[in-house]
Amino acid sequence: MITSFPPFLIFFIGAALVTVTQGRTRSAVLLAVPVLGALNLMQLADGLQFQIQLFDYTLTLVRVDKLSFLFGLLFHIATLLGIIFALHTDDKLESTSGLIYAGSALGAVFAGDMITLFIFWEVLAVSSAFVILARRTEKSLRAAMRYLIIQVTSGVILLAGVLIWTYQTGSIEFGYIGLDGLASWLIFLAIGIKCCFPFLHNWLTDAYPEASPTGTVFLSAFTTKVAVYALARAFPGTELLVYIGATMAMFPIFFAVIENDLRRVLAYSLINQVGFMVVGIGIGTALAINGAISHAFNDVIFKGLLFMSMGAVLYRTGKINGSDLGGLYKSMPWTTTFCIVGAASISAFPLFSGFVSKSMVMSAALEEGYPIVWLALLFASAGVFHHAGIKIPFFAFFAHDSGIRTKEAPLNMLIAMGIAATLSIFTGVYPWFLYDLLPMPVDYQPYTAAHVLTQMQILLFSALAFVWLQKKGLYPPELPGINIDVEWIYRKALPAVAVWLVSLGAHFRIGSLARVQRWLERTFNQIYRHHGPHGIFARTWATGSAALWTTVMLALYLLFYFSGQMENLLVGF
Amino acid sequence: MNPEIISNLPALQVVIPLLGALVCALLRRGSAAWFLTMLICLIMPVISIYLLVSVLDSGPISYSMGGWAPPFGIEYKVDVFNAFILVLVSSIGAVVLPYARLSVASEIKPEDRSWFYAMFLLCLTGLLGITITGDAFNAFVFLETSSLSTYVLIAMGRDRRALLAAYQYLILGSIGATFYIIGVGIIYTLTGTLNFADLAARIPEIEQTRSILAAAAFIVVGISLKFALFPLHVWLPNAYAYAPSTVSAFLASTATKVALYLLIRFLFSIFGIEIVTDKLALTDILIILSLAAMLGASTVAIFQHDVKRLFAYSSVAQIGYITLGIALANQAGLTGSLVHIFNHAIIKGALFLAVGAVVYRIGSAEIDDFSGLGKKMPVTMGCLLIGGLGLIGVPGTAGFISKWYLAVGAIDAGYIWLVFLLVLSSLLALIYVGRIVEVVWFRDPGPNLDGVKEAPLSLLLPAAAMAAATIYFGIETSQSVGIAAQAVETLLGLAK
Repeated sequence: MITSFPPFLIFFIGAALVTVTQGRTRSAVLLAVPVLGALNLMQLADGLQFQIQLFDYTLTLVRVDKLSFLFGLLFHIATLLGIIFALHTDDKLESTSGLIYAGSALGAVFAGDMITLFIFWEVLAVSSAFVILARRTEKSLRAAMRYLIIQVTSGVILLAGVLIWTYQTGSIEFGYIGLDGLASWLIFLAIGIKCCFPFLHNWLTDAYPEASPTGTVFLSAFTTKVAVYALARAFPGTELLVYIGATMAMFPIFFAVIENDLRRVLAYSLINQVGFMVVGIGIGTALAINGAISHAFNDVIFKGLLFMSMGAVLYRTGKINGSDLGGLYKSMPWTTTFCIVGAASISAFPLFSGFVSKSMVMSAALEEGYPIVWLALLFASAGVFHHAGIKIPFFAFFAHDSGIRTKEAPLNMLIAMGIAATLSIFTGVYPWFLYDLLPMPVDYQPYTAAHVLTQMQILLFSALAFVWLQKKGLYPPELPGINIDVEWIYRKALPAVAVWLVSLGAHFRIGSLARVQRWLERTFNQIYRHHGPHGIFARTWATGSAALWTTVMLALYLLFYFSGQMENLLVGF
Repeated sequence: MNPEIISNLPALQVVIPLLGALVCALLRRGSAAWFLTMLICLIMPVISIYLLVSVLDSGPISYSMGGWAPPFGIEYKVDVFNAFILVLVSSIGAVVLPYARLSVASEIKPEDRSWFYAMFLLCLTGLLGITITGDAFNAFVFLETSSLSTYVLIAMGRDRRALLAAYQYLILGSIGATFYIIGVGIIYTLTGTLNFADLAARIPEIEQTRSILAAAAFIVVGISLKFALFPLHVWLPNAYAYAPSTVSAFLASTATKVALYLLIRFLFSIFGIEIVTDKLALTDILIILSLAAMLGASTVAIFQHDVKRLFAYSSVAQIGYITLGIALANQAGLTGSLVHIFNHAIIKGALFLAVGAVVYRIGSAEIDDFSGLGKKMPVTMGCLLIGGLGLIGVPGTAGFISKWYLAVGAIDAGYIWLVFLLVLSSLLALIYVGRIVEVVWFRDPGPNLDGVKEAPLSLLLPAAAMAAATIYFGIETSQSVGIAAQAVETLLGLAK
């Protein structure tokens, strides 16, 4: 008989082994973990397993159904890709925390109850912060700390929500919740932070580009997808999500277009893609949910591919700003090819993976009567093509020749990118493999004339726009330190409305940020004055005044007690 | 075992350390005194666990001191609640003592060492005595026994400020004890009895009088001073910071806990839940003070430079959690309190023992001297980390369990907003623990750490044992929560 284990366990054991092994042995351990994990995953029977008793509650460590299985499989693939991509490095901290990170993501998607979910939610936060600071620069350390604060806050809000929810319903099962009452809003908010809801998204674009070339590949796969999973589990069909998702799909585009750091561009486009998934979950029909889930699946692979290609560029050249790069196709032809495959997939070219999933969400939006949302998604698709489909490969590998001559990426990086590229094309050409894994039955035909034509129109017109803007010199040039000169670029590049919106937004943010900062400083000073080492609460009191306080306390108690009795007497009369 | 011995176990629990203290005082050599104390500290948990098991099996044990039947003689009464505390106090003593040998040898002059152990045993006698006795005046005697020996123990700290800290504690502690005895005196004049059970039976007759309220106020404030309820905590930070490391660890885990036991005993077993909630309006005052402790003292802890002082303030904050549960006065809340008495004792024990090991190695508890210590003393710092996680209340540690029950208790009582403040206070703990973690693990070792090695095994093992217990009781809760819940049922009068 073959016994199976909770999926996260293999990863955690692997992480422990990584810390005590070196060199080739460590590489072998690293590669073995996702492979053994996947074999174990295949053995797992459906249903609730590994239940343990924690005081009054039964924790369900593993719940296998189609939804969790799909995410489980996806995370195994993502781990394998990330590990192959990072094989040339010898970074104990990054490998260990990466495995714990991936393992806790698995733990979270297989968690059958909210306490288990919360535990893995927090482990996920802490371990991913270590992945970020494993780059060991001052900037990455600071980014990791900011990131950690936000992620832990999300966990704390989740805990408060779970506590109240458990109290009200008496059940800790993690199932459908729906927006109703304080507890559900707290849980929604906690997931929303991890999912990069607008205004809660800064942690991602702040921290992901600061991780190492290999670390970012890991990061891009798990945190947001765990949140998408949680939304799909707890809040399917919540209409609010449709509008949140549409906003998420749109707003990052403006930032992505003007951003110079190409990995930050990808970080913005990550939010944009998650937006599509959130819309799908919000619509909540079988088609929409399937679309959201399959898009999550594809996104992990093609976004991973794009992050890998940019990671390879960063690894070889030490540069990642669009303004410093260009002409690399001569030195890195394979990386260029793989990057273009990733770009085609994220832009949803027919025959590439993005097409078969994104169109499901969009069709669902149209079917369920959200024409405006559909238009927004259409706009977002065009925008994605612009910044991720064209901008990334164009500025890195083509554009003006930066004169950089370097070597092709190391073999292991090429293998990882090759696998991801193959998967992206395979899913695009033969989507039924993916469709069979989806939680709801699929009778969706991606390759109809209407779908293909609409998509090609968007793509071609956006390509046209890019070419035209480039020729006219209107496209935002890639400038170092681009955000200093924000206004000038906006004015020349984007339609007046967008300029107005963005600058208004920037203005508001700068103004209110300054105000918030001043307020924070004042509050902090107040706290420090009272609670700091020399504050009234912290210094050593004179014994006399301490004794006086004791007497005051006594008087207070007596007063309270007697007044209580007076009231009782009055009531008595 | 001899039935004669078994029937006298409640008395032996207190008499053995008392006689031991006497012998220690006569011994000249510190090592001999340590050996004797160690022996006694190993016997104590055996007795208390035996008492706990037999109480769980066959109900409360009543023991008449000297054969004088209660309510006239002094009665030792063991029920689930105080057996639980007895086990806690005696086990902490047994864990701390192996640690004491080296730590005391490095911090206390050779000629004072046997005195140290004598005082330690006296303090243990007092704490166990308060817990086991069923007599209000006898409790006062033991309260003074433990307090007086504590003053001496604190004053033995190698820092000269220890003397001032001990003096301040002496003054305030005496005020507290005086308040307590005034309260007990008032009750005695009203009821004519000092026996707990007898008092509980007679108090309903006099609950309409105003004097009983005054008595309650004196007793509550007096005991509150002993367990350092905010703002009566002023003595505690200095006392813990400047006391010898062993004493800090032992006191933080036991002394305040025993005072809290006494408060709960008075409120729920003697005055009774009806009087406490209806007449004394205890809930309102205690909730406000608890919150002030949880938030105020945690904030102070964030800014502390001395790690021992930091944890002392954190103790004040954690005591706030315990009193919060008392104030809620419902099943879940009070269970949370009792479990937190137990869990916090373990967590703070681990922390103070780990810091003590650092003091042993580098001679300082200043946070700046800790930088990069994670590389030099990984196991000690690992214990510190686990204890820190317990303070925050991370799931999988004991801290999470008690906070969970407190939160449920708060919701039960209809105070959902309290849940947020609980969480907020955890965030403050995250900051002060995070500060230490950052210094210890993410900075490079300074020149002061050249040649510093991991702590010796006899310091390491007790700290590791406490850290392991922090994890163990975070996962396996049937003993801690199970027994606490049973005790709460009796206290709230729900048991059948």
